[in-house]
Amino acid sequence: MKLKWISYPYIVWMIIFILLPLFLILFYSVTYNTSEGLGFTLEYFQRFFEPIYINVLWRSFKLALVSTGVCLLLGYPMAMILADKELKNRNVMVLLFIIPMWMNFLLRTYAWMTLLERNGILNSLLGLLNIAPKDFLYNEGAVILGMVYNFLPFMVLPIYSVLIKIDKNLLEAAGDLGANSATTFRKIILPLSIPGVLSGVTMVFMPAVTTFVIPRLLGGGQFTLIGNLIEQQFLFVGDWGFGSAVSVIMLILILISMGVMGKYEKEQEGGGLW
Amino acid sequence: MKKYFKLVLFMVVATILLAGCSGGRETLTVYNWGDYIDEDVIREFEKEFGVRVVYDEFATNEDMYVKINAGGGNYDVAIPSDYMIKRMIDEDLLHKIDFDNVPNYQYIDDQFKDLGFDPNNEYSVPYMWGTVGILYNKTMVDDPVDSWKILWDEKYSKQILMLDSQRDSIGITLKMLGYSLNTKNTQELEEAKDALIEQKPLVLAYVGDEVKDKMISGEAALAVVWSGDAVYMMRENPDLAYAIPEEGSNLWFDSMVIPKTSKNKELAEKFINFMTRTDIAFMNTDYIGYSTPHTEAKKQLDPSLMNDMAAYPAMEDLEDCEVFEDLSSSASVYDRIWTEVKAK
Amino acid sequence: MVKFIKRFYTSLIFLFLYAPILVLIIFSFNSSKSRGSWDGFTLNWYVEMFQDRQIMSALYVTLGIAVLSSIIATIIGTAAAIGIYNMNRFNKGIIMNLTYLPVLNADIVTGISLMLLLIFLKIPLGFTSLLLAHITFNIPYVILSVLPKLRQLNKHLYEAALDLGASPLYALRKIIIPEIKPGIITGLLLAFTLSIDDFVISFFTTGSGVANLSITIYSMARRGINPKINALSTIMFLSVLTLLIIVNKRMDNTEEGDN
Repeated sequence: MKLKWISYPYIVWMIIFILLPLFLILFYSVTYNTSEGLGFTLEYFQRFFEPIYINVLWRSFKLALVSTGVCLLLGYPMAMILADKELKNRNVMVLLFIIPMWMNFLLRTYAWMTLLERNGILNSLLGLLNIAPKDFLYNEGAVILGMVYNFLPFMVLPIYSVLIKIDKNLLEAAGDLGANSATTFRKIILPLSIPGVLSGVTMVFMPAVTTFVIPRLLGGGQFTLIGNLIEQQFLFVGDWGFGSAVSVIMLILILISMGVMGKYEKEQEGGGLW
Repeated sequence: MKKYFKLVLFMVVATILLAGCSGGRETLTVYNWGDYIDEDVIREFEKEFGVRVVYDEFATNEDMYVKINAGGGNYDVAIPSDYMIKRMIDEDLLHKIDFDNVPNYQYIDDQFKDLGFDPNNEYSVPYMWGTVGILYNKTMVDDPVDSWKILWDEKYSKQILMLDSQRDSIGITLKMLGYSLNTKNTQELEEAKDALIEQKPLVLAYVGDEVKDKMISGEAALAVVWSGDAVYMMRENPDLAYAIPEEGSNLWFDSMVIPKTSKNKELAEKFINFMTRTDIAFMNTDYIGYSTPHTEAKKQLDPSLMNDMAAYPAMEDLEDCEVFEDLSSSASVYDRIWTEVKAK
Repeated sequence: MVKFIKRFYTSLIFLFLYAPILVLIIFSFNSSKSRGSWDGFTLNWYVEMFQDRQIMSALYVTLGIAVLSSIIATIIGTAAAIGIYNMNRFNKGIIMNLTYLPVLNADIVTGISLMLLLIFLKIPLGFTSLLLAHITFNIPYVILSVLPKLRQLNKHLYEAALDLGASPLYALRKIIIPEIKPGIITGLLLAFTLSIDDFVISFFTTGSGVANLSITIYSMARRGINPKINALSTIMFLSVLTLLIIVNKRMDNTEEGDN
């Protein structure tokens, strides 16, 4: 097919609105202002490798990894149910995963606080069962819950879209050859769904690393994550150099992880979002 | 398919019309905190002066600063807080106000003139003011609340809400230790850091705007809050009380300024003058419920609010209070301290 | 038994997804302004909402931007996906990596850098700049939705059409587009959704009195979010749900779902 030209509008758009701003960030991350003009520096990148910031990075990764894992555990079975041939109203079910996002993010997060507070709805329900109130909010668990809640659709949808593509004849053939359902899953479904899992993992992990509202509201602002660090540099400290450097480092990490994943992805199977 | 297409076309046209409906009238662009003005006041100004007011809102001082500093938007009047005004003055982002065009400035209480962030009264006109203090739930706290030290009392472990704002939290810690909340002294800051780290296990959460809901529903016993919010919370939950610790606190102002982005300085001055006219200042204060620096408007307020110690504390309570100054290069020191506290 | 477990699991997940939404809806009937206390039932917020000029204009801006940006992004993004699909592996790799970046970059960085760019290009901050920003962060999602569908496409179909004398554009319209339609629709939907929900990027790229709902809500937070917003969200949610049910009923009547 010779339809490459059709993507040129996007390429122009991309150069202006994605590439240029990116260079701007790169520029800020390696320059500083002096009275004589601009100077080149790698100081911002060096600073990031101080223990306190590595600590921040480590904690962000840990929380994001756990959330991604939980999303995968919860999301994979859900995706299988959605991809089930017998399911009626499949399109509606898929839509129902997207609609919660139409309610404002801040409102939804505030609503979680109403649910989880000491005097909140969940504790009131537990009270009816004579269970003493617990502190659900303001710990790592609450942050993970917030991340899972917000990013679960991004795990379910890509896996679902890969699962639904699997040729049903393949599964039947496996059955005819005497494989039980566990073996069919392990030998056929799981390997074929890997591209979907990979894109799901990327789509959940990355926003989870850089989110800053969830740890602030549900975690009670008790730990700084990478997202908070970047936000603080840009807004409160006015240290755009350091903020840019941190985001450049994040982008590099992202590119590396995508490169690694790309190795596992066969050209034809291709992950993608759905 | 055709039907949908028509619908889409309709929406496109509608939105373009919506976006482009600016007539030939003069426009004034105002940049303010969310829900921080009586909208009728704006309508009144539009009617009286035959102009159109474009009204934008921001969520934090810093958001506003980044935007004005980059030259985004043609803002004629903005209403940031004290330390931010200092920073904007230092960075040459503000016009000097011609006070001949703002005769109503005479109504501003003398006590709120010559403040640290604008020492010669050249750039700003106070809009609202207040303090930072401790809001506590009388049913949960039986000790007298007169010192910041109560926030370090183990008795109230996991009952304390601190502000998730490096400046305020480090500031009150410095005050507790008997230092200035504008200090750049490393030794003093180091002490404040240790105190905050020591306090961290007792803190339930570092909160922002959601503190209001939390305190009203009795989620915590003690919280660091701004006085304007305190008045609102005490009205919603009568068990709550507000105190300014005796070590002193932070005195804050939101003031009207004219950023250099303004293309119509004269109209901006008219607007500032209008906002400080007695009837308008009263109307606005009555709506917002914060403390007004306007002497005449204050006299017209409901006596119950005027005698409210949270909204209008006695002068002696304010003696040790300080206004935030811009930290300039020390901002990164504060940020580091905060990151270290949070990293524990 | 398996069926029961499936049902049970699905209900649990949906309970998880919709519990906060339910809370939101309930609190739109709370007569107290605060989320912290329940003072009794009222419909006042629904009345006041329609009289609030600011909220209504924010609603129009939100919907306008969401509709326009998602449609434009879908057109550009779908075309881009088709083009990218036909590129060689190396070019495809580069472009796809760049496409991923705005999806994965922290919002605050995207927002501020876009603002600097818009100012540099002398585009006044307002409706147009907001629209440009939204299109920018929407396109990647469309591409990422459409591309996998293209990979499923039978390559020979298009070539066969050309052999039979169809012009490339005709073949595109008649063969390729219908085949990848589900991907286009999900892309559109996702773009629309993300546009509605965005705060940070919107804040830095708008001006001149143009604010969407997110900006209004976040700015309100300092003085307490007004339950009028809850009322508005409830109405939005219920109308979407109703629309969904109606569309689904009609689809059921005419044909069994095509995907």
